[in-house]
Amino acid sequence: MSAVIEETHEHHDHKPTGIGRWLFSTNHKDIGTMYLWFSFIMFFVGGSMALVIRAELFQPGLQLIEPEFFNQMTTLHGLIMVFGVIMPAFVGLANWMVPMMIGAPDMALPRMNNWSFWLLPGAFGLLIASLVMSLMGMGSAPNFGWTFYAPLSTTYGPSSTDFFIFSVHLMGISSIMGAINIIATIMNMRAPGMTYMKMPIFVWTWFITAYLLIAVMPVLAGVVTMMLMDRHFGTSFFNAAGGGDPVLFQHVFWFFGHPEVYIMILPSFGIISQIVPTFARKKIFGYSSMVYATASIAFLSFIVWAHHMFTTGMPVAGELFFMYATMLIAIPTGVKVFNWVSTMWKGSMTFETPMLFAIAFIFLFTIGGFTGLMLCIAPADFQYHDTYFVVAHFHYVLVTGAAFGIMAGVYYWIPKWTGNMYDEKLGKLHFWLTAISSNVLFFPMHFVGLAGMPRRIPDYSLQFAEFNAMATVGAFVFGFSQLIFLYNVLKTQRGGVKATSKVWEGAEGLEWTLPSPAPFHSFTTPPTVK
Amino acid sequence: MSTTNHGEYYIPEPSKWPIVGTIALTTTVIGAVNTIHAGGEINLLLPVGLLLIAYLLFGWFGAVVDESMAGKYNEQVDRSFRIGMLWFIFSEVMFFAAFFGVLFYVRVFIMDWLAGGSNNAMTHELLWPGFEAVWPLLTNPDNAAVAGPDKAMGPTGLPAINTAILLLSSVTVTIAHHALRQDHRKPLIIWLAATVALGMIFLFFQVEEYVYAYRELGLTLDSGIYGSTFFMLTGFHGMHVTIGTTMLLVMLVRAIKGHFTSDNHFAFEAVAWYWHFVDVVWLGLFIFVYWL
Amino acid sequence: MRAATRVAGILGLMLISGLSHAAYQLNMTPGVTSFSQGAYDIHMMVMWICVVIGIVVFGAMIYSIVKHRKAKGAVAADFHENTTIEVVWTIIPFLILIAMAIPATRVLLAMEDTSNSEMSIKVTGYQWKWHYDYLGEDVSFFSNMSTPMEQIEGMEQKGENYLLEVDNKMVIPVNKKVRLLFTSNDVIHAWWVPEFGVKKDSIPGYINESWIEVPEPGIYRGKCAELCGQYHGFMPVVVEAKSEEDYVAWLDSQRAMAAEAAASAEKTWTQADLMNQGEKVYKTACAACHQANGEGLPNVFPGLKGSAVALGDIAKHIDIIINGVSGTSMQAFGAQLNDADIAAVVTYERNAWGNDTGDVVQPADVKAAR
Ligand code: HEA
Ligand code: HEA
Ligand code: HEC
Ligand code: CUA
Ligand SMILES: [Cu+2]
Repeated sequence: MSAVIEETHEHHDHKPTGIGRWLFSTNHKDIGTMYLWFSFIMFFVGGSMALVIRAELFQPGLQLIEPEFFNQMTTLHGLIMVFGVIMPAFVGLANWMVPMMIGAPDMALPRMNNWSFWLLPGAFGLLIASLVMSLMGMGSAPNFGWTFYAPLSTTYGPSSTDFFIFSVHLMGISSIMGAINIIATIMNMRAPGMTYMKMPIFVWTWFITAYLLIAVMPVLAGVVTMMLMDRHFGTSFFNAAGGGDPVLFQHVFWFFGHPEVYIMILPSFGIISQIVPTFARKKIFGYSSMVYATASIAFLSFIVWAHHMFTTGMPVAGELFFMYATMLIAIPTGVKVFNWVSTMWKGSMTFETPMLFAIAFIFLFTIGGFTGLMLCIAPADFQYHDTYFVVAHFHYVLVTGAAFGIMAGVYYWIPKWTGNMYDEKLGKLHFWLTAISSNVLFFPMHFVGLAGMPRRIPDYSLQFAEFNAMATVGAFVFGFSQLIFLYNVLKTQRGGVKATSKVWEGAEGLEWTLPSPAPFHSFTTPPTVK
Repeated sequence: MSTTNHGEYYIPEPSKWPIVGTIALTTTVIGAVNTIHAGGEINLLLPVGLLLIAYLLFGWFGAVVDESMAGKYNEQVDRSFRIGMLWFIFSEVMFFAAFFGVLFYVRVFIMDWLAGGSNNAMTHELLWPGFEAVWPLLTNPDNAAVAGPDKAMGPTGLPAINTAILLLSSVTVTIAHHALRQDHRKPLIIWLAATVALGMIFLFFQVEEYVYAYRELGLTLDSGIYGSTFFMLTGFHGMHVTIGTTMLLVMLVRAIKGHFTSDNHFAFEAVAWYWHFVDVVWLGLFIFVYWL
Repeated sequence: MRAATRVAGILGLMLISGLSHAAYQLNMTPGVTSFSQGAYDIHMMVMWICVVIGIVVFGAMIYSIVKHRKAKGAVAADFHENTTIEVVWTIIPFLILIAMAIPATRVLLAMEDTSNSEMSIKVTGYQWKWHYDYLGEDVSFFSNMSTPMEQIEGMEQKGENYLLEVDNKMVIPVNKKVRLLFTSNDVIHAWWVPEFGVKKDSIPGYINESWIEVPEPGIYRGKCAELCGQYHGFMPVVVEAKSEEDYVAWLDSQRAMAAEAAASAEKTWTQADLMNQGEKVYKTACAACHQANGEGLPNVFPGLKGSAVALGDIAKHIDIIINGVSGTSMQAFGAQLNDADIAAVVTYERNAWGNDTGDVVQPADVKAAR
C-alpha cells in the first residue's frame, strides 16, 4: 500500500507551526486558506472603492471626490475585483477541493503552489502602493479603466502605469503557475479508478478553466509589455504615426479579456453543479453534456472577443462574424441552465444557505446572460456600449454570478474545512440581505443605461438621478451585509456544532468520505473509485 | 530515507524558495520601474533583485537536483514535472503568439487600412494621403514624427546562417539525448557541448545583426512598426535562446558530474524540449519576419 | 432595528424629494433616425424573447422549488440523463438565435452603408471637447461644455440641460444624408447621440464613418462614450437640426464670424480688452486642466500662478501654447486658437492671479512666433 513520504517522518499528521507554516507552506489546504483570505480582504478593499464610487454617484454634481480620483477608483475597483477577488478565490477553492475530490494527498507541485500564492501580495502591493501615493498627493494611480486602452494608458498614462504593468506581469506569472499546477494535479494525481468522466463537475470546470488561463494570461503579459515598450522605448504598436493602431491594443486585450470573463464564471458553474444535486438529493442531470457544454463555452470564448469592440469601426464582415459567434455561446450556457433546473425537477429539495445562493445564482446569472445576449447584437450594442447597461450586465454575471457561486461554495464546504457547522440563521440572513440588495443595486443600472447614462463618469445629467440614488442605497446595504458573512466565517472557524464527515445528507463524492475537518494531507492512501 | 518510492506519494517539505522568489521578482520590478523613471540611471533595487533571482535559481534548482539525486522522486513526481514543463512551454507559445498575431494584424490589416483599404478610404484621404503600403515599411505614415528605417533586414546573410545554426543545434541536442538514453556519457558530453556552442554562436551573430541593423540600416526599435515588430519578436526570441543556452550549460555541467542516467534525466529532456520550442519559434520568425 | 428604519426613512425621503427635477426614462429611446429605430426594434425583440425564455425557465424552476421540496415529502426521482431532451434544448435555442440574427444583420448592413451621402462633417475628439469641420464649406469650430463649474460643484441650481449643453452646437440640415467622419487628436473618444443611434469611436490616426439623416428640426443631445481621461464625463455632444434655409444662413454667419476674428487679429489691442478676451479663452480652453484659479492640480497639471513660464520669457510661453508639450496632455493650441485668442490668453496668464508682470502680448507677436 502506498503512503505519504515526508521529510519529517515522525508524525503522520505533522503540521508546521508559527509564521513559517504559512510562509513556507507546501500544503494545499494552507495555501488554499491563504488564497481565500487574500481574496476576502481584497473583496473589502475593492468593495470599499465601489462604495466610494456609489457615494459620489448618489446625486448629480461633484460632491466627494475629484473626477481624476473617481477614475482611479473605477480602475482599481475593476482590477482588484477581477484579479484580486474572483480569480484568487477560485484558485483557493481549487486548492482546497480538487485534491480531495480526486483522492490525492495534495497538489502535484506544492512548492510552486506556494509561489503562485505569494506573488499575489507582491503584485497587489505594487498596485495599491500607487493608490497610497496618489492619496498622499504624489502622482496618480492607474486611471484608465480596468481595460487600460491605449493611448490613454500609454502616451497619456500616469507614471504609476509602469508599476501597474509589472504588477500585471506578476499576476500573470502567478495565474499561469497556478493553472499548470491544477492541470498537473488533475492529470496525474487522480486516485485509481477516477477516470476523467467520473470526475466531479467542479474538477472538470477547473480543468478547462486552467487551460483558458494558460492560453490567455501570456497574451495579457504580451500586451502590457507592448505598452511598456510604447511608453518608454519608442515603439509604435499603438501609434498610427509609426504605422501602428490603437485598436490593435483592444484586439490583443480582448483576446485575453473575453476568455477571462469565462475564467471568472466556469468554476462557479462547477460549484453550482456540486451544490444543486446535493440539496436536490438527486444526481446531476446530464453529466456528460455538462462537460461538453463547458468545453464548448471555453472553445467559443476564443473567437468572440471583438464583441467588446463593435463601435471601433471594424469592417462590417468582422462585426457580423463576432456577433454570430457570440450568440452561439447562449446554446451551451443554456444547456447548463436547463440541466440545473432538471436536476432540481422531482428532487427532494431543502434550502440551506449554499442552496439558496445556488438558486439565486441560477436566476440572476441567467438574467445577466440574457443581457449579454442583447449586448452581442451589434446594431443594438451601438446604443448599449459603454453605458450602465453594460455595467448592469457584468455585475449580474460577476457579482450575482461568480461571487454568489463563491459564497455558495464557502458555505457548502466550510464545515469540511473547519470541522464546524456555520451558523445557519446568520447564513440565511446574509443570503436574503445580499440577494435583495444586489438587485436594488444593479437592476436600476439597466434603466439608466438604456436611458443613456455612460459608464465611467463621476457626474451625470439630471434624468438619471432617481435610479442612481437607489443603486447607491442598494450598494451600501449590500456592502455592509458582507460583514455578516465575514463574521459568520470567523465564528465558524472558531467553533460551533461539530460537522459530520458527510456534512450534507445528499452529498456525494470523495471529499465527504474524509473526516471534518479534513486531515492535513487529504488522502494519504489513494482511495479506490468504483 | 527510502531510495525507491515508486507507487508512493511524495510531498516536499516546506521551503523558503517561493518567498525568496516573490521578494526577488518584486524587488526586480520595482528596481526596473525606478530605473526607467530615472531615465536609465540604474536603481539599486534592480541589481539587488537580479542577484536575488540568481540566488533563487541556484538555490531552488539546487534543492531539486539534490532531492532528485537522493532518489526521493518517484514516477508520479516525474510525470508531474513533465506535465508542468509541457504546459509551461505552451504558455510561452501563447506569449509569442500574441506578438505574431500583432505582426499579422499589422501586415494584413493596418497596412491596407492606412492606405485606404476596406472601410478606411477617408483615413487615407484625409490623414495619410502620401502613405503607401509596402512591407517592410520604410516610410511611416508620419515619417517626420517617427522616421522609418533606411533599409529592411533581408533573409540572406546572418539570418540564414542563424537558421542553419539553430536547426543544427536541434540535431546535436537530439544526438546527445540518444547518447544519454544509451548511457554513453562521452558522446553525450560532446554533443551537448556542441549544442551550447551553437547557441552561443547564434547569440553572437544576433548581436552582430543588431549592430548592423542600428548602424547600417537605420533599423531601430523606434523606427516605426517595422522596427517595433522586428525587435520585439527577435528580441524575445533572443532572450529565450539565452535562457535555453544557460540551461543547456547547466545540463552540460551536470552531465559532466554524472548526474543523469538512461532512465532518469527529466531535467535534460525538459531543456531539450525547451530548445526545440525556441527553434520552432525561430523558424516562424525567419519565415514571417525576414523572408516573406 | 429602529435605527435602521430611520436611516431607510431618511434615504427614502431623499429619494422622493429634491432630486426629481427631470423625468426619468426606463427604456432605450426609439430616437429619430432609421438607425435608432432599427436598434430600438431589435432591442425590444431580443428583450421580449429573453423575457419569454426567462418565464419558461424560471417558471419550471419555481414550480419545482415549490412542489419538490423535502418539507412537503417529495422523494427524489432518479433519472439523470436523456439524450433526446438534451438535443431538443440545444436545437431550439439555436433556431431562436437564427431568428434574431436575421433582422440584426439587416439593420447592421443598413447602418454601415455610408454611400450616397450629400455632405460630410469631420468630427475630431480632443481632451475634452469636440471639433467640427464642415468639409468643403470652410467652416470649423470647437464645441466645449458650457455648464458652469458652479453648477457642478453644487453652488448653483443645476439647469435643465445640466452637463448636456455646449457653447457651439453642431448644426446640420434636416432630411439630408450627412456623413460623419470621426477621428481624434489625442486619446480615443466616442461620439454618441442616443436619438440618432450613432455611437462611433474617434480614434487618433484613423477615420471612422457613420451617417445620419434627421427628419425633424430640433436639438439632440449626447455625450462622449469612451473613457478619455479626467473630464470624460464633461464632454457633451449637442446637435441642432435646422431647415435647409436656416442651415445655409447659419453657415454664412459662421463664415462672417471667422472673418471678423481674422480681422481682430490684425489690430492692436488694449490691455483691458486682452484681459477680458483672455479670461474667456482661459475659462473655455485651459481652466479644465490648469483650473480657474491658475493653481493646476498637483502633479497632474502644473499651476500657472507664479510659474516660471508665466513669469519668464514671453517667447517660451507663447511657444508652449502654440506647440504644446508633446507626450503630455498639454496640446498644441496653435491650430485651435487664433492669434488674437492666444495673445489674449498669454496676456491673461501673465497678469492674472497675482502674476503681475504687466506684459502685453499682441496678436502680431503670436503671428511672428508661428
Ligand atoms: C463572468 C463574466 C461574464 C460572463 C459569463 C459573460 C457572459 C456573456 N457576455 Fe459579457 N461581459 C463581462 C462579463 C461576462 N460576460 C464583462 C466584465 C463585460 C464588460 C467588460 C468591460 O468593458 O469592462 C462584458 C461585456 C460584454 C459585451 C460588450 C458590451 C459592450 O461593451 O458594448 C458583450 C457583447 O456581446 C457581452 C456578451 C456576453 C454574452 C453573449 C455572454 C454569454 O455567455 C451569456 C450566455 C447566457 C445566457 C444567454 C443565459 C442562459 C441561456 C439560456 C437560458 C438559454 C436560452 C437563451 C437564448 C437562446 C436567448 N458581454
Ligand atoms: C467581480 C467583480 C466585481 C464585483 C464583485 C463588483 C462589485 C461591485 N461593483 Fe463593480 N465593477 C467591476 C467588477 C466588480 N464589481 C468591473 C470589472 C468594473 C469595470 C471597471 C471599469 O470600468 O474599468 C466595475 C465597475 C463598477 C461601477 C461603474 C463605475 C464606472 O463606470 O465609473 C460601479 C458603479 O456603481 C460598480 C459598483 C459595484 C458595487 C457597488 C459592488 C458591490 O458588490 C461591492 C460590495 C461592497 C463591499 C463588499 C464592500 C464592503 C465594505 C464595507 C462594508 C466597508 C467596511 C470596510 C472595511 C472593513 C475595510 N462597479
Ligand atoms: C488637457 C489638459 C490641458 C489643457 C486643456 C491645457 N493645458 Fe497647459 N499644460 C498641461 C500639462 C499636462 C502641462 C505640463 C506639460 C509638461 O509636463 O511640461 C501644461 C503646461 C502648460 C504651461 C507650462 C507651465 C509650466 O510651468 O511648465 C503653460 C504656460 C500652459 N500649459 C498654458 C496653457 C494654456 C494657455 C492653455 C489653454 C489655451 C492650456 N495650457 C490648456 C495640460 C493642459
Ligand atoms: Cu471624450 Cu470621453
Ligand atoms: Cu466578452
